[in-house]
Amino acid sequence: MKISFTINGQQKSVEIENGSTPLLWVIRDTLNLKGTKFGCGKAACGACTLHVNGEAVRSCSFAVKFAEGKNITTIEGLGTKENPHPVQQAWIEHIVPQCGYCQPGFIMATAALLEKKPSPTDADIDANIVNVCRCATYYRMRKAIHRAAKIKNGDS
Amino acid sequence: MTKKKTSRRKFLIRGGLGTLGVLALGTYVFRNSMRRYMYEMSETLVVPYSGTGTEANLWFEITSDNTIVLHSPKVEMGQGTFTSFAQIVADELDVNIDQIVVKAAETASGIVDRMSTGGSLSVAQLYQPLREMAATMREKVKVEAAKKWDATASALTTKGGIVSSGEKTMKYAEAVADITDWSLPDTPKLREESNYKYVGKPIKRIDLIPKVLGEPIFGMDAEMPDMLFAAVTRPQHVGASLKSVNTAAAEKMSGVVKIVQKDDWVGVVANSYSEALAAKRKLEIDWDIPKKWTEEEIRSIMQVGKGDKMITQKHGKALDPDDADVVSIEFTSPIGAHAQIEPNGALAYVNGDKVTVILSTQVPGVTQKQVSEALDVAIENVNIVTTYLGGGFGRRLNTSHAVQAAQMAKEVGKPVKYFFTRKEEFQHDAFRPPTHHIIRGKANGNGMLDALEHHYASGDVAINSAIFPPALVSMLGTDVGAMRGGNIMYDKIQNRRAVQWHTTLPFATSFWRSLGLLANTFAIESFIDEMAIRAGKNPVNYRLSMLGEDTLALRIKKVIQEAAQKSNYKDEVSGNMAMGFAASVDAGAPCAHVAEVSIEENKIKVHRVVCAFDCGLAVNPDQVIAQCEGCIIMGISAACHEKMTLKNGQLYPTIYGPYDMALMKNSPKEIEVHLIQGVDAPLPVGEPPLGPIGAAIGNAVRRLTGKRLTELPLRLA
Repeated sequence: MKISFTINGQQKSVEIENGSTPLLWVIRDTLNLKGTKFGCGKAACGACTLHVNGEAVRSCSFAVKFAEGKNITTIEGLGTKENPHPVQQAWIEHIVPQCGYCQPGFIMATAALLEKKPSPTDADIDANIVNVCRCATYYRMRKAIHRAAKIKNGDS
Repeated sequence: MTKKKTSRRKFLIRGGLGTLGVLALGTYVFRNSMRRYMYEMSETLVVPYSGTGTEANLWFEITSDNTIVLHSPKVEMGQGTFTSFAQIVADELDVNIDQIVVKAAETASGIVDRMSTGGSLSVAQLYQPLREMAATMREKVKVEAAKKWDATASALTTKGGIVSSGEKTMKYAEAVADITDWSLPDTPKLREESNYKYVGKPIKRIDLIPKVLGEPIFGMDAEMPDMLFAAVTRPQHVGASLKSVNTAAAEKMSGVVKIVQKDDWVGVVANSYSEALAAKRKLEIDWDIPKKWTEEEIRSIMQVGKGDKMITQKHGKALDPDDADVVSIEFTSPIGAHAQIEPNGALAYVNGDKVTVILSTQVPGVTQKQVSEALDVAIENVNIVTTYLGGGFGRRLNTSHAVQAAQMAKEVGKPVKYFFTRKEEFQHDAFRPPTHHIIRGKANGNGMLDALEHHYASGDVAINSAIFPPALVSMLGTDVGAMRGGNIMYDKIQNRRAVQWHTTLPFATSFWRSLGLLANTFAIESFIDEMAIRAGKNPVNYRLSMLGEDTLALRIKKVIQEAAQKSNYKDEVSGNMAMGFAASVDAGAPCAHVAEVSIEENKIKVHRVVCAFDCGLAVNPDQVIAQCEGCIIMGISAACHEKMTLKNGQLYPTIYGPYDMALMKNSPKEIEVHLIQGVDAPLPVGEPPLGPIGAAIGNAVRRLTGKRLTELPLRLA
């Protein structure tokens, strides 16, 4: 079956045999965007988080057929070196990543949170940022999330 | 300046097994006292780099745009080693740090550390060799520039990747362009450390921006043209093995290219990962399950008094356990999973007698050897390419999956990429072994300890590991991994001993960040705290009074004092909050933690941790602090949350969530790290700060509840 969607601002169509194939594998293996990571395949760790119509989605458990006509953003489309997204900017300022593997998922989850809650409290962060980071960079991440909210709100 | 083909440097003579090995090999009769001497020495010894690369031009590449590529003998798994290496190189090679690119060396380069990236040793081992290599490279550039200008090399100056002679300048890349026959200088004079521009400064990680943009390539991201995907069967039951398999249904599945059958596993190779996984589920497998292991059986094996015994520390007299004045407390820790987010896997290609494997590994040298043996290919024909690692934590010291990937690739004649499912990752980890501890102590009339004994039982850590030769293990007579943190650091206690009991379990156990340190320190430091409380002493002063005046004891005292002072440590409960104190020393790096804890809805909550850590010379203080923060939260996770158990003969749980880990909501909102640079060389950093956290939390809970928790993970009844 043919599935069409917009990804990082570009219109794409993919030919796929099984519409239940997780969106993650189409993005990684067909479209060759490797920034979205595989961690568990059960929507339990959040490493594969991306945006579908602005919502944070765990793409390992999101069938590609449901992406039809949707607007997808991955870490590659969030910001650039020259023009990083406020979340990326804050991550850089606070030197958050260690191994870095889970970080795109956290960054995408945080970017989606800030759209809903422009100034999240610690409780908002605890309730919404529930991805897993084994290097345990949570301490710096929390500071970076607060900082990202300030940057995004023009309070830099 | 002399011309020679190779330059053998001091650090190479120190290479190989290291001082520990050399010392052991030279002594044919092992008395246990000699071994104990070695154990105590090994606690402060930095085992040297054990690669064979001796030529600076193997380590460095200068590209035409004047980029300096450092081929690193060590891998980057988050610990920040590449950044520290870049700092060292920039300062000695006289280049700007943004001119440097660091890549994990391929085994074909000959410079990878043949042992591992582990033990938190990368910067500690390579600080001096890398300074020498970079300085040598700098002098080589000058020699080549001097030839082009017909000048004297020693009269030239270098800065920012530019070599100058008066008004004339030349980029390093121009100086060394087209050079094939290198003139090698003697070991040059190193820069004064006080003049370093980068070393010692908290500069941003060199992989920071790429990682924030999602650019780096991990093992999971590696690709080759015409690549196929595979999935491999693994038994769900501990100790089970493959009896027979019916592949008929799987073979008919869409996208299947080949089913590869070996004695103890079956692999499905298909056009996509989803197809490989779907076909694997159609394999009808008959497993031989000799027995269904229970949690109780594992617990009953893992007991002090069972297995092989070795006294790892012995000063003064042994306690009489029947003495009515002896206090004895038992502690336990559970099976722990690595749970690193990037699953294990490998991408392999076999082309004739040449093999390439791309993966996340902490042991490229061992992986190379294993693939070479399994495929019967000359070792020099096997190239292991290491990517960034999506977490290491000791899990990637075991890479049997690289062999499986290579075997499948050989059968299909195309590159094959294969990785674990998360369930396989949890069931087939090389776990942190469960432990059991009995601590006995006897106080004098003053409440101070006259005697302290730590008896501890552990599964394999270093024993049965591919990175420790069996000969070395039998020479040492103990599991040196399980021993980490097992000896008693309080040197003023006259009678002290540590006794290790070792048993190999029916499932693989191995290195988990900090090895025995986490559980051993939990047991010892909980006990010390209990004795301080019973004696009515302040636990900080109690600890200080048991430490003497030798260099290490003074450094331990310093971190204890620093943590107490900076946290404004109070022994008394304040409102619903209490502070817990604990300290440890690992690999010569002392650390003390103060945890501020409350109990909310019968759950332990850690609000603030103050850490004092003597890391020696901090090449990048910010990244040392990042390692402390990571160790503290990973330690909270291990100490308060994580536990694998046996259920119906299977290791359980098999997914995040049920395998409870500390997440954002469980992480303290305040972490303060105070670095003390008590020696002028870098010490191991990535593990020692994990030591005291479990005990620090338990000690706070003791103050809040009056109850001594003796079991990890810490839970209130």
